[in-house]
Amino acid sequence: MSLLDKFSAFARLRDELLQHGTLPFGVVTERILSPTEGIVQGRRTILAGTNNYLGLTFAPECIEAGRNALTEEGTGTTGSRMANGTYAAHAALEKDLAEFFGREYALVFTTGFLATMGMVSSLAGREDVLLIDADSHASIYDGCRLSGAEVIRFRHNDPADLEKRLRRLGDRSRNTLVVAEGLYSMLGDQSPLADIVAIKDEYGACLLLDEAHSMGVFGNGGRGLAEALDLEDRIDFVVGTFSKSLGSIGGFCVSNLPELELVRMTARSYIFTASPTPSVVASTRAALGLIRQRPELRDKLWDNSRRLYDGLTRAGFRLGPQPGPVVAVFVDDTTKAVSWWHQLLDEGIYVNLVIPPATPSTSCLLRCSMSAAHTTEQVDRIIGAFASLLSERRAAGTAV
Amino acid sequence: MATYDDCLKLVRQILGEHLEPGQTAGEKDALAGDLGLGSLQMLELVVEVEDALDISLPLNQLPELQTVGDFARMLVTVTGESGA
Repeated sequence: MSLLDKFSAFARLRDELLQHGTLPFGVVTERILSPTEGIVQGRRTILAGTNNYLGLTFAPECIEAGRNALTEEGTGTTGSRMANGTYAAHAALEKDLAEFFGREYALVFTTGFLATMGMVSSLAGREDVLLIDADSHASIYDGCRLSGAEVIRFRHNDPADLEKRLRRLGDRSRNTLVVAEGLYSMLGDQSPLADIVAIKDEYGACLLLDEAHSMGVFGNGGRGLAEALDLEDRIDFVVGTFSKSLGSIGGFCVSNLPELELVRMTARSYIFTASPTPSVVASTRAALGLIRQRPELRDKLWDNSRRLYDGLTRAGFRLGPQPGPVVAVFVDDTTKAVSWWHQLLDEGIYVNLVIPPATPSTSCLLRCSMSAAHTTEQVDRIIGAFASLLSERRAAGTAV
Repeated sequence: MATYDDCLKLVRQILGEHLEPGQTAGEKDALAGDLGLGSLQMLELVVEVEDALDISLPLNQLPELQTVGDFARMLVTVTGESGA
């Protein structure tokens, strides 16, 4: 077996997928028109798989802030936060984030992935334990690998299993970092956070909560699931991303624990990469202001999300367990999932195709994410396009 | 601390619930290659064994599990360390 033989399985998969036409994992948006529309394969297409929850990518305030920063501060920092890459705007964004979350300390990373990976790998060391939800994001798993800590999974969203595993650790539970996500990105299900917090407190463990998909989505202030459930004071570390509700790119961690400041000297993903560009920082600061100023965006996001979830349920699809901005449609057969994904694209609807092992089950997913910027007509078009998939099967006499 | 034979018996018993009717798990059978376990089935198998012995297996060690016998040997080590 040679060095490159490991790629042959991926080559086969790619070639199989290409037989249907466009590679679902290599879609090019030829021209982006708005937060919810683009030109794909020469066709005006509704974008329903972008995680652009509040639709802020074209917010005039964010564009103007980014444009000004680009003009005044240049295209990039060319350096690490630890060296020349911290401008006044980076420090100001950290201050903004600390204020937004009502925390003492905030740290900005270059991407959300790097933030989560950096925090997990820095907080836990060789003598410690990482207790993570089995459906955790890849950035959490990669952080676990880098940490050198003992890594134990608990069953997805199962507080009883978490409790059992903390009990088994005995005194080591006090050297344990529990990691959970506010909203899980594949199925759109929410963490049973109140139970998780109660259990980690009982055993003296720390909790890191990833609000990547829940910031801007939950809570009257848009601070995430912890705010919505009135649990913020009991969460030790919150990580998140700028690339979803905030419409730019980057990541962060906030905490009341002063050790967070020292992570600047320990997280490899903070130290050994260039800092976010000035225009990104400026756009992000503007978007953070909009989350506060425009709570109606959250209302519209939830209206759209419920409309899509209810519409697809009525049409007969099996969906993720809870309505929310991520609406996952289960499709048991890979060939059917790929075919349906192409039919939707032909109808001018882009969603995410997710196939095992990237899914948390043996099923494929046609994963939709809603935006506050989707119009009701666009949501209805998405529902209609999905419904036509089933009606075609019924007309052909095939079981759903 | 459980013996190797105890652990092997437990793994084979729990594995039996995941295999096709009539299929049995031998000591040298590869969990993925011979018995056809996918990643989700492996996760379920591990959880059931953990619950049976009231232990948690570190994720870091799971890639070492190639065969039924590997699994039993790891359980001997872990139960010895935990006093289970």
